[in-house]
Amino acid sequence: MEDTGGSKLNSFFSPQQGTLFAVLGIFIIYPFAANNYYTDVAFFFGIYALLGLSLNIVLGEVGLFDLGHAGFYAIGAYITAILNTKLGIPILVLLPVSAIAAALFAYLVCSPIIHLRGDYLCIVTIGMGEIVRLSLINNPFDLTGGPNGVFGIDFPSLGNFFVIDSSIEYYFFIWIVVGFSILALIRLQNSRIGRAWNCIREDEVAANANGINVRNYKLLAFVLGAAMAGIAGNIYASKLMCVSPESFSFMESCLMFCIVLIGGMGSIPGVLIGAAVISLFPEIFRPFAMYRMLIFGTVMILMMMFRPGGVWPRRRGGADIKSVLNTWRKNG
Amino acid sequence: MEVVLEQIINGLTIGSFYALIALGYSMVYGVLKLINFAHGDFFTLGSYLGYTVLVFGSAFLTSHCGLWGGIIVAMAIAAICLALVGITVERLAYRPIYPAGRLPAVVSALGASIFLQNAIMVIWGPRYQAYPASLIPNIHIQMGALHITLLQIVILVFSFLLMGILYYIIQKTLFGSAIRASALDRDTASLMGINFNKVIFFIFTLGPALGAITGVMVGMYYRQISFTMGWNYGLKAFTATILGGIGNLPGAMFGGLILGLLEMFGGAYISAAWKDVFVFLILILVLIFRPNGLFGEKLAEKV
Repeated sequence: MEDTGGSKLNSFFSPQQGTLFAVLGIFIIYPFAANNYYTDVAFFFGIYALLGLSLNIVLGEVGLFDLGHAGFYAIGAYITAILNTKLGIPILVLLPVSAIAAALFAYLVCSPIIHLRGDYLCIVTIGMGEIVRLSLINNPFDLTGGPNGVFGIDFPSLGNFFVIDSSIEYYFFIWIVVGFSILALIRLQNSRIGRAWNCIREDEVAANANGINVRNYKLLAFVLGAAMAGIAGNIYASKLMCVSPESFSFMESCLMFCIVLIGGMGSIPGVLIGAAVISLFPEIFRPFAMYRMLIFGTVMILMMMFRPGGVWPRRRGGADIKSVLNTWRKNG
Repeated sequence: MEVVLEQIINGLTIGSFYALIALGYSMVYGVLKLINFAHGDFFTLGSYLGYTVLVFGSAFLTSHCGLWGGIIVAMAIAAICLALVGITVERLAYRPIYPAGRLPAVVSALGASIFLQNAIMVIWGPRYQAYPASLIPNIHIQMGALHITLLQIVILVFSFLLMGILYYIIQKTLFGSAIRASALDRDTASLMGINFNKVIFFIFTLGPALGAITGVMVGMYYRQISFTMGWNYGLKAFTATILGGIGNLPGAMFGGLILGLLEMFGGAYISAAWKDVFVFLILILVLIFRPNGLFGEKLAEKV
């Protein structure tokens, strides 16, 4: 931000808005400056950002350990792949369909297990993710194509005149979806629902005592998170034109978990940073070839050592406990 | 009848692998409330170290110690190395992060796991490695229609021996009660004069050492090892830990054995391809009806 010297711009925009517009500008110019390869890298950054945001609802806002999130992602991707290749339904129509399918799946699976606490919930979600992946490998009703997966998925299109088929178009597609998700999530964070979620995360018993229906709010978080992961699965499937079970392994769930924790629980800018670390890191360190994952593991440890709350922790709005205590001390 | 008996023996063999790995998870979880994701990779590293000892020391080992002696030497070297690796990982990756709380420690554990897994890949290469067939006793026992190998019986006896020893240490010795006390309430245990650092040292040497011995046994049983197998075994062993009730050591042993049996019978009588699905379904069903595992105690909630 060089233009702080009383320029006209300064009177229109606050510094935050200035930064926002600068970031937006870079995002719009980037794909035209970069080649296809780096545009695709940025596309996958977008996919991971969307996945991180979706897990952030469950893990960051409500504090539920979900290590099976790749299962919801897989449901979205496979619903898109199967309905598109078998019935020829256009990808953009399937976008809400895969979101609803993943959400429905989350509702059905999570209803009986939502009362589990902490690590027990964690292992059940791991089990759920593994069941989805193993079921896809086992090719039920000859639908999922077994270990090879499903091939030949269409490009997203509206008729013949609007087709998303180049790297740049995919880049804008995913980042527009991410942008709208961020707007929605910011609104959600400051709503009654968001406050109820945070209350459950901080103290479940107190939340219950205050009349928050803990069970329903937890389920809502899972359903919303799954729906967003389903959308990510839809876009991923159409970009790669094929889906296979190995893209939805336990490792993928772990990476999503790390995105949220590296960035800072419940923090939207944090999730974007976490997604950048997870998706860009292996690209940056590509010259180191087989050592890059070694470095990656080390960086994860070092980050937690020096920034245990995440790179960009969520700032608490309103009165936090320290300032309240300080006022009390001053007054008496 | 013989088929059922054979399945039970196969199931118990696999189950004892899970049980031994699960013990490492359960000890760390009980004391630190940390899911030690790196534990599966300790197991893999142990398996690879045993492989290296057997391959490069084969001539020396067979001439000096005999067939079984060579295997025991391989296990001992793997166990000692892994005890050192375990304590190093704890010092470097976990200890600085304890004050920050549980979730950062989970990420750190995942980082350590990725690091170890890729270190194994860099050192031994990404391909499958095969345990040398000439160094593994291959004696079949035929009793009527019952068909098992000597190796299976030795593995079973040895694992039950190890589990027995660990059970004795945890339940009957003073040091074991120090571990159990630290698991119950770390602060009070410290006030009673228990050296918490010693407890951590103990669980991070014993757990990985057990994992390493299991790794060598798995290598001998299946003959083939890969650098990613830690994920799969770790996941199963962690499932066993939860099935038995987390932090409960006898529970973890039974959980592992039950898991092995379920897997074998599910694979034999339902469908081999769906056996893992079956295992995880049972786990979810158990947790729906017994949210603290099969042998977990109901803990009063602290408010």
